[in-house]
Amino acid sequence: MAVKAEGTRSGADAWKRDSHTREARERVIKGFLMACAYMSIFTTFGIIIVLFEETLRFFFEVSPVEFLTSTRWAPSQGDFGVLPLVYGTLVATVIAIAVALPVGLLTAIYLSEYAPRSLRRWLKPALEILAGVPTVVYGYFALTFITPLFRDSVFPSIGSFNAISAGLIMGVMIIPTVASVSEDAIFAVPRSLREGAYALGATRRETATKVVVPAALSGIVAAVILGISRAIGETMIVTIAMGAQANWFGSPLEGMQAMTAYIVQVVGGETPRGSVTYKSIFAVGSALFLMTLTLNLASYWFVRRYRETY
Amino acid sequence: MTQSGAKAERQADAGGSNFKASASGRYGLDKAFTVLVTGAALVGIVVLMVLLVDVIRDGSTMLSLKFLTSFPSQIFPEDGGIYPALIGSLWLLGLTALISVPLGLGAAVYLEEYAEDTRINRMIEVNISNLAGVPSVIYGLLGLGIFVQVLAPVTGGTSVLTGALTLSLLILPVIIVATREALRAIPGSIREGGYALGATRWEVIWSHLLPMALPGALTGIILALSRAIGEAAPILVVGVSLYQTYATTGPFDGYMALPTQIYDWISRPQQIFQDSAAAGIVVAMAVLLVANSFAIWLRNRYQQRL
Repeated sequence: MAVKAEGTRSGADAWKRDSHTREARERVIKGFLMACAYMSIFTTFGIIIVLFEETLRFFFEVSPVEFLTSTRWAPSQGDFGVLPLVYGTLVATVIAIAVALPVGLLTAIYLSEYAPRSLRRWLKPALEILAGVPTVVYGYFALTFITPLFRDSVFPSIGSFNAISAGLIMGVMIIPTVASVSEDAIFAVPRSLREGAYALGATRRETATKVVVPAALSGIVAAVILGISRAIGETMIVTIAMGAQANWFGSPLEGMQAMTAYIVQVVGGETPRGSVTYKSIFAVGSALFLMTLTLNLASYWFVRRYRETY
Repeated sequence: MTQSGAKAERQADAGGSNFKASASGRYGLDKAFTVLVTGAALVGIVVLMVLLVDVIRDGSTMLSLKFLTSFPSQIFPEDGGIYPALIGSLWLLGLTALISVPLGLGAAVYLEEYAEDTRINRMIEVNISNLAGVPSVIYGLLGLGIFVQVLAPVTGGTSVLTGALTLSLLILPVIIVATREALRAIPGSIREGGYALGATRWEVIWSHLLPMALPGALTGIILALSRAIGEAAPILVVGVSLYQTYATTGPFDGYMALPTQIYDWISRPQQIFQDSAAAGIVVAMAVLLVANSFAIWLRNRYQQRL
């Protein structure tokens, strides 16, 4: 590899080379690069095969109807109704989006329409750092800071594990995702639309909220869908701060278990390979994969749609 | 259709109802909105600050040089440290970089410089953007099925190599996207200049395109790698050790890691372990802030030069 590189660097040396070897080398390299690109296909197939093989084995022991419709989740007693886990995931996700949608969208408007250039250069990296904080750190913060804060102020009866703290912090975690994808969409709105609004006497706020945001709407929808998908797949915050007890229709002030948290709980315990509990994590994983895949495809579709518009 | 309809309606609305409002009222609303968006932009920063202050305060009792060089201890937790976790995370970082960077660069070069607009290549593109959105815990399940079980003779089962392979698959889409953007930013004239001098496609890529794309790609790579070492869920699934009495010395050894060590401490009720967790978080955050700042600095420098 290094020798070849030397050869290509000095043109004279490469010139002397037999064109057949050069062509052969080109083909080998192209093949290698192609293999790298095809890795992604193998990864996807790998995920699908691993998930669905174990899920199928799980369904030999637990009927799919029970899995999808029963509201009791107690693996130790052989109850495998996934709905309480889905409920836990959805409660945390709804709370997270209730935080991330307004804050993320307003942040995007600020970055694109209001922020002075110099501040923008600081604010965007700071948001990236927020996105890079390990989720165990967020989990610790939700458990040891946000929950006690709630207990001492508005919700004296809140559980040590609860959905509201986990959801709020998860919302903070996905602010950067929502903000940066919406900002791309808002930024892509042609200048002429803004100038037209100003020419008609609209104020800055009116331009932003009534012209720019509606024009960027499909991109913003994509951002929110992506945020929802992130929240559904998030693992450590809900594992640490929301608890490990499936809770069907529990209040957000109580602990509950998310789908991802169940997977972590099982792999952390001494579950023998091949047992029905072990297989159940792949069934839960399949459900999780299908949920996020649907959302990601929807988001992709929305982004492409808005790209076609401008 | 429906979107433009809604747009028109809203604009008509703006013309109808707001026209009657007094100018001072509209300017007042404008000021309020400015405050609102500025405040929203600060929410994230404020939370980050509070979080940092909180963990530094909680972790200060445990934080010392000895904390970095000691093994965790359940009998004398106050003397415990994160040495094996730190070493394990460095191993994960190094191996993940070795695996994911060549693969990611290769895939990006292929897709950007070689691939024609065929069905399969379009499928790869959609596929990569979808993989970027697959939850990390699912990659853990993939690693458990493939690297821990099927490929156990090659990877050594629950070894640090398995962890690194799993994390590599997780961050590959990010590296590919960042590298492709960097390659796309290079003007076509550079390629044509190379071809005009008789260079082959790969010669142009190796001598011109890769060196030019590297700073931009590197930013994405650093951010992706810092994400990888912050991940706890996938390596928990592929069998990271929560306790071991030796530090990792080879790719087939067992390993501990910073985020999972922190998770283990958080899940213990005693206060001393909570303090240890906070101290571990301070160390992890310091590593990440340095890595991220470097990546951002690199990008700003690169952007100014272009």
